Amino acid sequence: MNTELLGIIATYLLTLIIAIPLGKYLAKVFAGEKVWTDFLKPIEYGIFKLSGINPKDEMNWKQHLKALLTINLVWLVYGFFVLIYQDKLPWNPDGNPGMPADLSFNSIISFVVNCNLQHYSGETGVSYLSQHYVMMFLQFVSCATGIAAAVVLFKAFRDKTTTNLGNFWDFFVKSITRLLLPLSLVIALILTFNGTPSSYEGKDQFISVQGDTVNVSRGPAAGFIAIKHLGTNGGGWFGANSAHPLENPNYLTAMVELIAQVIIPIAMVIAFGFFIRRKKLAWTIFGVMTIGMLLLLIPTLSSELGGNVAIEKMGISQTTGAMEGKEVRFGPAISAYWSTVTTIISTGSVNSMHDSSMPLTGVWQLLGMMINSFYGGCGVGILNYFIYLIIAVFISGLMVGRTPEFLGHKVEAREIKIAALVTLLSPFLILAGTAIATYTFNNHGDANWAVQPQNWLNNPGSHGFSEMLYEVTSSNANNGSGFEGLGDNNIFWNVLTGIVLLLSRFLPIIGPIAIAGLLGAKKFIPESAGTLKTDTKTFALMTFAVIIVLNALSYFPALTLGPLAEYFTALSR
Amino acid sequence: MKKYIIQSLRLTLVLIVLLCVLYPLGIALAGRLSNGKGGGEKIIKNGKVVGYALLGQSFTKPEYFWGRPSAVGYNAAGSAGSNKGPSNKDYLKTVSDRIDTLLKYNPTIKKADIPADMVTASGSGLDPNISEQGATIQIKRIAVARKMDERKVAELVVKHTDGPYLGLFGPTSVNVLKLNLALDELK
Repeated sequence: MNTELLGIIATYLLTLIIAIPLGKYLAKVFAGEKVWTDFLKPIEYGIFKLSGINPKDEMNWKQHLKALLTINLVWLVYGFFVLIYQDKLPWNPDGNPGMPADLSFNSIISFVVNCNLQHYSGETGVSYLSQHYVMMFLQFVSCATGIAAAVVLFKAFRDKTTTNLGNFWDFFVKSITRLLLPLSLVIALILTFNGTPSSYEGKDQFISVQGDTVNVSRGPAAGFIAIKHLGTNGGGWFGANSAHPLENPNYLTAMVELIAQVIIPIAMVIAFGFFIRRKKLAWTIFGVMTIGMLLLLIPTLSSELGGNVAIEKMGISQTTGAMEGKEVRFGPAISAYWSTVTTIISTGSVNSMHDSSMPLTGVWQLLGMMINSFYGGCGVGILNYFIYLIIAVFISGLMVGRTPEFLGHKVEAREIKIAALVTLLSPFLILAGTAIATYTFNNHGDANWAVQPQNWLNNPGSHGFSEMLYEVTSSNANNGSGFEGLGDNNIFWNVLTGIVLLLSRFLPIIGPIAIAGLLGAKKFIPESAGTLKTDTKTFALMTFAVIIVLNALSYFPALTLGPLAEYFTALSR
Repeated sequence: MKKYIIQSLRLTLVLIVLLCVLYPLGIALAGRLSNGKGGGEKIIKNGKVVGYALLGQSFTKPEYFWGRPSAVGYNAAGSAGSNKGPSNKDYLKTVSDRIDTLLKYNPTIKKADIPADMVTASGSGLDPNISEQGATIQIKRIAVARKMDERKVAELVVKHTDGPYLGLFGPTSVNVLKLNLALDELK
């Protein structure tokens, strides 16, 4: 069999081999049951003691949200000022300048919300202090925020009727000490020993074989790149992200980085099932997500391995597939797999440049981000999926003519309203954002910004439209990858995507937690013959249909104007 | 509310010490044991650093194997891809020019011999590798420029071709810098 395809299969199987036991382990950690990492308890005790926190204080859903939003606000303020003043702060060996306010606004939001959309380039835009004390710090804590939020939801369905949903700080700190930090250490060591820099030395210079003077950006990147993937963050240490040879030195590291970004999203689904003692439900959800993933992956593989038709017409052999924006050491197959997983879960790291992907690949990348819950980001993937579940419960309830129920709790008008609002938010932000951008591009092309709107696009025609659509979609999905040709470091894009990022992060966290909190407090109704079971194949199909119909209705017109138009006008066979 | 603010501030401080000071420090210490001591593996020739093993560099002379086109001219302090879309006319013109250049400098090869990686820019602009086919089409040119036996150059290419990882996973590739240094040593 083809070694490139074999690489994908091995990577996915290894992901499952790690993720499934990890899910069981996480269920135990968050339930406070005995696990082998309990030797870390003294460290946690120290952290709580120093922070003045009693991890045994029970919180209701509103208190959880208050704690979550407060600490996120603290990070926003802290990071904003560090980025602005990074040139005056210590530890800036490459002498990079402070960020302008609009870029700092965008960057800090982007990292707080686990998106890592980068309108700066790692080599020239940030100091080592910012890289570690802002970016990497937020890669840990934003991921832990997502996981803690998901655990609050788990907690609401574990007991029959409850308003006590555990302690937010407890979930949050344990996500770091029991999961993110130990695994990041392992991944970082693998990367270091394969060539990723880890020392604190600044830029280097050498004379090349042909006599050119070459500057080399380096820095303590290994730890950053580990949590960047594990926490589904995706922001690169270097501008070229994981296509950069120092960020992703060889095929082994590519496999490790791919596995790292998928294990927590899958583990959280498994953990959900074990935590609420409904394993079958978890497997059903996992099944729907996996089928969704495959439906996006297979056509992506086919279009990338097929190569660029326009180059084929020039008479060039593309036996290795499309190579623009790709690295030889990875090849197009695993790059296609990477582009699928990085868009369905909200990592957004790239090992090939999505702007140069084939047009149909663009459709699947965009769709992956629009759906945003085939596995999905750390913690938030399952929260997004939960909203689809509630909508599916509601619609099935209407179809069979009875009050909808979910896990023994009646789903009533208030919960449905919240779910509907969260569902409508994504198309609103994506379509309105893209519309504003397109309008500005067409009617205010000469606006006096750092990059004038008429110069935003790196490619003409429908591909240019795709660049704008992708940018807003990526922001809304808290994904962070981009069609990077877009000239996005100017006040328009910094502010627009900053606002989209904030809304699309926190409302889809607040919504599901509110629904779960409300449902959890309701009287428990034991299962009877009339109960709509949510762990059956029929219901799985129903949920899948809801996901496809909602997204197709919302986004098909936009996809038609962008990548589909490019495909049919220029590059179809 | 006030309680949450104070707890948030204190927790943030504690976590900064753990995650931003101790964690990277541990990795940096372990990294000292790696090749290149955590600063990137350098390639040294006659006591001078001539490159990084993982970073591609620009080769334009006929007597060296060329790497892939780079959108940033192999600037290792400013990595980037071209971000050109597949149907962009200007981009397709560039590709077509690259084909002509290759055919001009390697007059014995046919268009159909040229692999895609030799006429497309890499994602990082620093791709250290080319495909085996990409090296093969340059053998004749190099043998002529260096007045060497073509078979010797071909042997060198085979020797410097890295197979799939563990022989099972991923593509084959050739590290251009290492190949060129070996070529220089052959003389």
